[in-house]
Amino acid sequence: MTLAPLSGLLQEGAQPAAYEPVLPGLIVLLPLLGFLFNGVLAMRVGARAAAAVRAGDDGPEHQDDGHKRWVTLVGPGVVGLSFVVVLLNFAGMFHADLHDPVVVSYWSWMVTGALEVDAALQLDQLSMIMMLVVTGVGFLIHVFSVGYMHDDPGYARYFSYLNLFVFFMLVLVLGASFPVMFVGWEGVGLCSYLLIGFWFRDREKADAGKKAFIVNRIGDFGFLVAMFLVFTAFGTLAFPEVFADAPALLEYGGVTVTAITLFLFLGAAGKSAQIPLYVWLPDAMAGPTPVSALIHAATMVTAGVYMVARTSVLFALAPVSSAVVAAVGVLTALLAATIALAQYDIKKVLAYSTISQLGYMFLAVGVGAYYVGIFHLMTHAFFKALLFLGSGAVIHAMHHALHGTHSDADPQDMRNMGGLRTSMPVTWITMWIATLAIAGIWPLAGFFSKDEIIWYAGLAASSSYPALFTVLWVLALATALLTAIYMTRLMVMTFHGANRTGREEARHLHEAPRVMTIPLILLAILSVVGGWVNVPEEVAASVLGLAGALPTSEWLHHWLEPITASATEIRYEHLGEPAHAAPFGGGEVLWAGLSTLAALALVLFTARAAARWKVVPAAEAAVPTGLKSLLFNKWYVDEFYDRFVVQPVLAASRFSWRVIDAVLIDGAVNGLGLVTRAGGAFVSLFQTGQVNTYALVLTLGVLAILGFVVF
Amino acid sequence: MLTEALTTSALLFVIGTFGVLVRRNAIIMFLCIELQLNAVNLALVAFSRYVGVEGQVFVFFVMTVAAAEAAVGLAIIISIFRHYRTVNVDNFNLLKW
Repeated sequence: MTLAPLSGLLQEGAQPAAYEPVLPGLIVLLPLLGFLFNGVLAMRVGARAAAAVRAGDDGPEHQDDGHKRWVTLVGPGVVGLSFVVVLLNFAGMFHADLHDPVVVSYWSWMVTGALEVDAALQLDQLSMIMMLVVTGVGFLIHVFSVGYMHDDPGYARYFSYLNLFVFFMLVLVLGASFPVMFVGWEGVGLCSYLLIGFWFRDREKADAGKKAFIVNRIGDFGFLVAMFLVFTAFGTLAFPEVFADAPALLEYGGVTVTAITLFLFLGAAGKSAQIPLYVWLPDAMAGPTPVSALIHAATMVTAGVYMVARTSVLFALAPVSSAVVAAVGVLTALLAATIALAQYDIKKVLAYSTISQLGYMFLAVGVGAYYVGIFHLMTHAFFKALLFLGSGAVIHAMHHALHGTHSDADPQDMRNMGGLRTSMPVTWITMWIATLAIAGIWPLAGFFSKDEIIWYAGLAASSSYPALFTVLWVLALATALLTAIYMTRLMVMTFHGANRTGREEARHLHEAPRVMTIPLILLAILSVVGGWVNVPEEVAASVLGLAGALPTSEWLHHWLEPITASATEIRYEHLGEPAHAAPFGGGEVLWAGLSTLAALALVLFTARAAARWKVVPAAEAAVPTGLKSLLFNKWYVDEFYDRFVVQPVLAASRFSWRVIDAVLIDGAVNGLGLVTRAGGAFVSLFQTGQVNTYALVLTLGVLAILGFVVF
Repeated sequence: MLTEALTTSALLFVIGTFGVLVRRNAIIMFLCIELQLNAVNLALVAFSRYVGVEGQVFVFFVMTVAAAEAAVGLAIIISIFRHYRTVNVDNFNLLKW
């Protein structure tokens, strides 16, 4: 992590001071201001472009680029400033001995009956890690975007959405109660929708945005129901009170807590793309590639993992839900990894890889290793953001090369790439670092986090549901090996072998500008050193002989202890402390060594095998057959959903429209009107316009009343 | 004494009512309405002998309103006659849906 050296600079051994938050509101406010500034610019640019279209000239040569300098300054600038404020807070918290979260309340948001919700931010060790990732990695991606999006006419609009996203993401991780978190939760969903459909003139891309939004709604329904249940059970929605009261108010393994956590997990599965709601994430790759890096790899999709870690006390009280979380996580990881093996779109491979890695994070939080889930979330943010940005650089170069010769080949299809390493050396090297990191090769970041997950999954087998967790552990190991295979395949197809772009196009291939490569290099450094914030003590002791000498030995574990302590306590109390051995014997060092050796062997083997593949450009490629077609078509899950979910819903909607709405409701309304008109027409017959008739009726009426009164 | 007065009043009122109902000439219908008003006046005067002077005061009000009504009503009938050259109410049935 970036902060390890910084913390060394600050004086050691100082008395633990009380932590005073430094301008916490500014962290959230800065990106919001950036959004307003860029949004106003974008509206002006849009109005001017619309006027130009009306006037008849739609040529890009008339583009007004003057505003882009301001956007370049403000867009990444506000996130960078926000990162600086986060760093100041981190420095304060690092030296303080903070046990309880610091809640900064700004105003009373809503008071209705028994429900009182404050607009409050919660600063603690967990939200600190999340803020560092969101603003730090987010800043690098903003900088990268300056290069990637520079020629886009929607430049200001892009940065306004991106700033808005960072704002909502910070609200999500800083919210001190379920409703405030939900505001951020919905907000990031909105920004995700806006950015997936950023090029909304392309019907397919606009549809991808809608798909993401609709699938997420299913998850949001779960979040809402969980929130209602929490309120009924606790009478409050503020995090500190709920988590403090939970062990006393809720029965261990009871129906209430199981329902709450399962609904929460439904929300998490929607946001974090887990079975059965993962289908939106691959389609979300329709957005600009830096968006995929920021939202659909590093931050938003990890919100589900963050939420489970945040509510760890509730999940610890519900062993069934925890097992479900772990099982769904592993199955998602395995399924997505198999699909990634056979995809040709470079971003699709990375999307399935992201789903797979998110599955790992859920496995971690499902087996009670909450800090490990956050650890993998952090390292994954580094190397997956790097992979996406690298693929962005590749697509950028491919786009320019194909544009130069007016070729209509797909710039994202790896079958059209090959041999890019000579023209893009920086991208090539940094992406290899990320590949080795995600494959879990020692000593890169992914090794430490992924190995901890698999280790804890193995340990869980010694407590509850031994058979289930043994299976999950084996599947997690298998998925780790698949990761090595599909990532190596991606690297070889993209960067090695013969060039398949065509000779004329190859001359146009070039390395990305420095504004794009510097974020790549910084993320590569993070991908190398990121894992060292949490070297397992056992590994540090036996392999490195450094037990205690390394200041980072299990640093993250201890850092997050105030958050996870009560959840861990509950688990130990009911499940017993797990034995310190994997299901089939062997210590952490043995299995870590075995898995890294296996991953390395597979990387080398795949690289050698892939070098001999006969890859042809996409236009000439045959349709995949057999198992490969099953994987290429993503196990036909989208088709299955279409047949059994989308079509029935459409049919039901059509029924509601054609029968219930058009016939029943419209019929009732129109029928009522008809009856009124017919009645009026009938009654109007009595109105003859003849004065004598009226006089007669009047007289008869008076006589009738008189008769009634007298007799 | 009261019985005779009220009987006369009732007779006059019934004659007026029948006139309004069966005649078609607007002027005659108008005179019949006047007859009804005066039948009521007669009853009021007769009652005032037993109840108090208010009945007679009321009669003055009725006569005043009747005079005003006669002025407006006759003006309308005259303008209708100028337009249609007739005052037969069977010909006037525009005031309907």
